[in-house]
Amino acid sequence: MNLRTFLLGTCSAAALAGLTHAGWAQAETLTIATVNNGDMIRMQKLTDDFTSKNPDIQLEWVTLEENVLRQRVTTDIATKGGQYDIMTIGTYEVPIWAKQGWLLPLDNLGPEYDVDDLLPAIRSGLTIDGKLYAAPFYGESSMVMYRKDLFEKAGLTMPDAPTWEFVAEAARKITDKSNEIYGICLRGKAGWGENMAFLTATANAFGARWFDENWKPQFDQPEWKNALDFYVKLMNDAGPPGASSNGFNENLSLFQTGKCGMWIDATVAASFVTNPKESTVADKVGFALAPDTGLGKRGNWLWAWNLAVPAGTQKAEAAQKFIAWATGKEYLNLVAEKEGWANVPPGTRISLYENPEYQKAAPFAKMTLDSINAADPKNPAVKPVPYVGVQFVAIPEFQGLGTAVGQVFSAALAGQMSVDQALASAQQLSTREMTKAGYIK
Amino acid sequence: MARNVSTGRKLITTVVAWTIGILIFFPILWTFLTSFKTEAQAIASPPVFLFFDWTTENYAEVQSRSDYLKHFMNSVIVSFGSTLLGLLIAIPSAWAMAFSPTKRTKDVLMWMLSTKMMPPVGVLVPMYLIFRNWGLLDTRTGLVIVLTLINLPIIIWMLYTYFKEIPGEILEAARMDGASLSKEIIYVLTPMAIPGIASTLLLNIILAWNEAFWTLNLSAAKAAPLTAFIASYSSPEGLFYAKLSAASTMAIAPILILGWFSQKQLVRGLTFGAVK
Repeated sequence: MNLRTFLLGTCSAAALAGLTHAGWAQAETLTIATVNNGDMIRMQKLTDDFTSKNPDIQLEWVTLEENVLRQRVTTDIATKGGQYDIMTIGTYEVPIWAKQGWLLPLDNLGPEYDVDDLLPAIRSGLTIDGKLYAAPFYGESSMVMYRKDLFEKAGLTMPDAPTWEFVAEAARKITDKSNEIYGICLRGKAGWGENMAFLTATANAFGARWFDENWKPQFDQPEWKNALDFYVKLMNDAGPPGASSNGFNENLSLFQTGKCGMWIDATVAASFVTNPKESTVADKVGFALAPDTGLGKRGNWLWAWNLAVPAGTQKAEAAQKFIAWATGKEYLNLVAEKEGWANVPPGTRISLYENPEYQKAAPFAKMTLDSINAADPKNPAVKPVPYVGVQFVAIPEFQGLGTAVGQVFSAALAGQMSVDQALASAQQLSTREMTKAGYIK
Repeated sequence: MARNVSTGRKLITTVVAWTIGILIFFPILWTFLTSFKTEAQAIASPPVFLFFDWTTENYAEVQSRSDYLKHFMNSVIVSFGSTLLGLLIAIPSAWAMAFSPTKRTKDVLMWMLSTKMMPPVGVLVPMYLIFRNWGLLDTRTGLVIVLTLINLPIIIWMLYTYFKEIPGEILEAARMDGASLSKEIIYVLTPMAIPGIASTLLLNIILAWNEAFWTLNLSAAKAAPLTAFIASYSSPEGLFYAKLSAASTMAIAPILILGWFSQKQLVRGLTFGAVK
């Protein structure tokens, strides 16, 4: 090879590289921040379907653990960093961020999207001033999971819609501490998304509320005392040891290894505890609605992971195209076709629950739907409240405040302070916080 | 002369040393073992130690889900890059403070260390804004810069301690022989301080490799190092301990191996000057 051929070859190779490079440059790349859970990971595997239909759009994923993700995307959106074109955010963030003008309304999801098919309870939490600001990817509520075999042995029958009174009685009856079987496992680990998610939802059923119409904290009211007293006593009698450090994962592993008679937590847990690969009690689990006390509110929460478009992105159109694909009806069919109906992301669309094949494949489908429908984020408590949110209060201050209150409640569960002390302390610190933030004039 | 130590005493110290060593190593060993279990075995109670069906399915799953090599390369570039850049700045400054101290040198050293006393999250937003304006978000250059800045105080402190051990007269002699400032640092000081520089280098590579606050917060898809790779396998809702352990093992393995190979150097450097 002489020098000329070599140069010629190099030049044409460079030109070719330049061409392909220019070709790539035209394709838009969407950077998507998402949370690490089974449904989201499944979606990442199925995106070939989207990219083959939209060859001009490429996807880049940033998958992070929930708490890391929250910190990461909050920093980015608050500083208009523009690192992401699509963010996965919870129902807590959506109303706050939409009000700040940080999110773009999803008004271009296409004619086939069928917004009216979204479950009303979920949709209402994502709609602000009549506009949808995030599309639900999967929704969840909370419910009772119980061990049918232990109930049978104790001569008990779980009703579909139990009361707290029955749950407490059953829990005490089933408990057999010498064999390490505890009647009920509930969250105790401090945090606004940990024990306070459970306790706030439970307090709703006891007629309590975080704030009255004038944003005055209500921990000094008898309803909160009833709720917290009930919880602490029940957990002392029938809960596992060290419950004040148990969150979702700790209770999941207790339940899966056969140590809990009942567990009240997120509906997403149903697919874990019934999975014979992970759970030793897979074929013995029954489901019931979260308990009530006859006041008209059930103690179940409402949560959804949603896809939203931050206001800083330059690729809003492509982002909405992707969201329409990922949260649309077609996607559910795609998952069903590739992975079976039981693996379809639950809790977002009415049509899914009307589908007989899904009903057959997912034994917990009806309970999930009933639980979601029983939650009303705009009227979460028995008494009127000034806020949105069932197991949280959708104000920016809630993460800090909820965790601080969660810490004193966790201390009450651990026996480090009495219920009265915990409530007095919660009242004091939330009054201070709400005054400082300007809610209490 | 060596002291006479009775066998009994030797035995006790050996047992104590091994116990402490195993205790410290245990979490890593447990992570390693868990990475070969199924998710159900990972949470089994009582825990299974060695007698389970060893499986590599977690590694296969992690491999198929994320691009390990990309994260690995980012970690290598970021940790080596920031340490080398840090050394370039730190060697001259430690030289200045060790051999031409003023009465304010101690204060300067203390002031540098004081930057490590602030919780990093306190400056997250200003840093993020600076990075955004300079177009450094999610770039390896950006991470190299921030990790250099973070580790600089430690690098300077370590080098300063080593340099203090070197007799100033040797440098003086070089100067009298007509060596210029750069020659003095490159040909006289650096070769004598090699053990110190090597252990500083190693320690800082390890620190930069494991740094999980800035690398997570300032990266997204392109520059994300192995810390982000681990964070993508942790979850508060769902038990993925076996997969998380597999990801963690893959993330720490390179640096662990590097540490093993350079153990001698590291220990020598760290205890250098400890006994006067």
